[in-house]
Amino acid sequence: MQEALKDAGAKVTLHDVDSDLIPAISALGDGVVWPMLHGASGEDGSLQGLLEMLNVPYVGTRAREARVAWVKSVAKAVCAREGVATPDYVTLPQSLFREVGAEQVMDAVVAKLGLPLAIKPARGGSALGVSLVHQRSDLNRALVHCFAYDATALIEKAVTGTEVAVSVLGTGDTARALPPVEISAHGPYDFDARYNPGRVEYFAPARLDDQQTSVVTEAALAVHRELHLRDLSRVDIILDADGVPQVFDINVAPGLTETSLFPQAVVAADLDLSTVYASIVEAAAAR
Amino acid sequence: MKDLAPMSTSDRHGTRLDPWFDSYAARAHRMRASEIRALFAVASRPEVVSLAGGMPYIGGLPLEELSEMSRRLILEQGEVALQYGGGQGDEGLREQITEVMSLEGIAAHPDDVVVTTGSQQALDLVSTIFLDPGDVVVAEAPSYVGALGVFRAHEADVVHTPMDADGLIPEALDKTLGELAAAGRRVKFLYTVPNFHNPGGVTLSAERRPQVVEICERHRVLILEDNPYGLLGFDREPMPALRSLSENGVIYLGSFSKTFAPGYRVGWAVAPHAVREKLVLASEAAILSPSNASQLAIRAYLQHFDWQGQIKKFQVQYRERRDAMITSLEEHLPEASWNVPDGGFYVWVKLPEGLNAKTMLPRAVTARVAYVSGTAFYADGQGSDHMRLSFCYPTPERIREGVRRLASVVDAEMETVRIFGTSGGDDGDSVDFPSPDLA
Repeated sequence: MQEALKDAGAKVTLHDVDSDLIPAISALGDGVVWPMLHGASGEDGSLQGLLEMLNVPYVGTRAREARVAWVKSVAKAVCAREGVATPDYVTLPQSLFREVGAEQVMDAVVAKLGLPLAIKPARGGSALGVSLVHQRSDLNRALVHCFAYDATALIEKAVTGTEVAVSVLGTGDTARALPPVEISAHGPYDFDARYNPGRVEYFAPARLDDQQTSVVTEAALAVHRELHLRDLSRVDIILDADGVPQVFDINVAPGLTETSLFPQAVVAADLDLSTVYASIVEAAAAR
Repeated sequence: MKDLAPMSTSDRHGTRLDPWFDSYAARAHRMRASEIRALFAVASRPEVVSLAGGMPYIGGLPLEELSEMSRRLILEQGEVALQYGGGQGDEGLREQITEVMSLEGIAAHPDDVVVTTGSQQALDLVSTIFLDPGDVVVAEAPSYVGALGVFRAHEADVVHTPMDADGLIPEALDKTLGELAAAGRRVKFLYTVPNFHNPGGVTLSAERRPQVVEICERHRVLILEDNPYGLLGFDREPMPALRSLSENGVIYLGSFSKTFAPGYRVGWAVAPHAVREKLVLASEAAILSPSNASQLAIRAYLQHFDWQGQIKKFQVQYRERRDAMITSLEEHLPEASWNVPDGGFYVWVKLPEGLNAKTMLPRAVTARVAYVSGTAFYADGQGSDHMRLSFCYPTPERIREGVRRLASVVDAEMETVRIFGTSGGDDGDSVDFPSPDLA
């Protein structure tokens, strides 16, 4: 991303989120901040809130909306209101298992959602702490793994189908979806698959017909608009066996490394990365 | 994902983001990024108290004097320092190395010494010249993660043999070697860290040293003696090296990384004559020659600085840190158990019943404290009930804070384990690939 922006003629400096950040931002002059931090504070609206307080133009979704997108249960409720399907789920804090009895709660979860289940830390990213559970007997272990990352677990019905990531560019009514990128993993698309090339085959654009492409891009655009996401986002969707797009993740700060999904979509759209990134920065600067 | 029939363009191929994926050697496919490595990326942040890495306390060195030494080195010897050197290493340094080793009873000639890029490279060279796929290396249980990674990269099988508070147990070693011979396995060497073991913290007793040498001689098994910490004892004189008991049966590895500075990456091997010849050939094939600049810097340091006095200072500093760690463990984690090392860098902690150190690590990193899971130190999936804590790098105050955080992590994990009735560990955990974070 940095290289692409430099190619577009921008001057780019990198800063960590530490005690040097505010002085660095103060010295920025008429520049723009592009938050690149993943996980909490980068995606939960904290960093964005700080930038708003400092009155600095920045790229991406505003603090309030980032917070909504970050809390998966709230984001899912918004999706449901707008008719966008998301996999059935429950969010349960560890304390509930303690108070009510773990085995009974787990039985109730399986009775409601069935198997297989995806177990995720309620807050987090990069597939850390995520497990796919096919048997009830594996649920205990998956929850222990998950609770090592967060005190609350998001337990989701694991939907099978074609997994695509739809990147969206722009804001509001002028937002446009880029071609979906299909993720075809041999085995689960877990941490190992994401960070070790080989187990995953990416298709950009996805192997979908026009109607399917339209269904998934409409779903991503609806999410982007209804959650008031700004500049860029990536919506992860499984097109299930009935052809229904199930939104299972929303990223307000999509990965932008050379192997990430967003840049793959830009290239699949026959767009130039430098030009796209520069236009994102210009939009932020003009605000 | 594959159930949905591909559409109009079904015969397309996707990208794996690595155009050379199909070209790798089979062994490269085992080199994988892991969740543990991702966590260690976070662990290096300043707000995290890292009790994980074996980084020496460089702040204890006379940095101003060393910078002057470096300046003069380039000024006065730049044409040598910045040039290639000999494959075996600088002769003057090799002579000084023999003096260093004499402190542990080794009488070696400079010709016996091969200078390497840290003793990690020496481990690689020894493995290159001795290990065929399927050969066996016998190693202590537990054993240094960096060595296990090298042996695995050479496709050897590691068989562990137990230790107690006095190090390797001779009877158990004899039995292990006997069983392997009876099973028709080719054991190429015993890998051992006899002093202030990494991660175990224990030292092989003086009585057992000749026994270990005798057992290996009887089984015709070479000893690979890895000794980076031997001079870092707190309360006693260095022990005689195994190499001092057998010139032909031991390859000895030494290092300046823990007694001086790992940034120079200078270590060495001392080997029987014929082995040494092969080590030099293998080293030249790998790196042509070790860094002249680093070797001359170490030479100057040994010549012009009171390096033994510096080691004594380190001993005092490390002892203070060990004490901080032990008293903090006694105060905050009485339900765990540990050894009290009398040198080196590490305390090997046994977790309370039912906890899994590998599963607990994310919780620890979230609580801003890091350690190395015991599973890293076994080739066979053991070790989840242990963790290695390093006391070398953080200040005593930070160590106390780190152990305090760790205690709350252990409490929280105990509750989770109680609730779900499992420690959450996977069966068949494998070793993680070593990295500087785990040195």
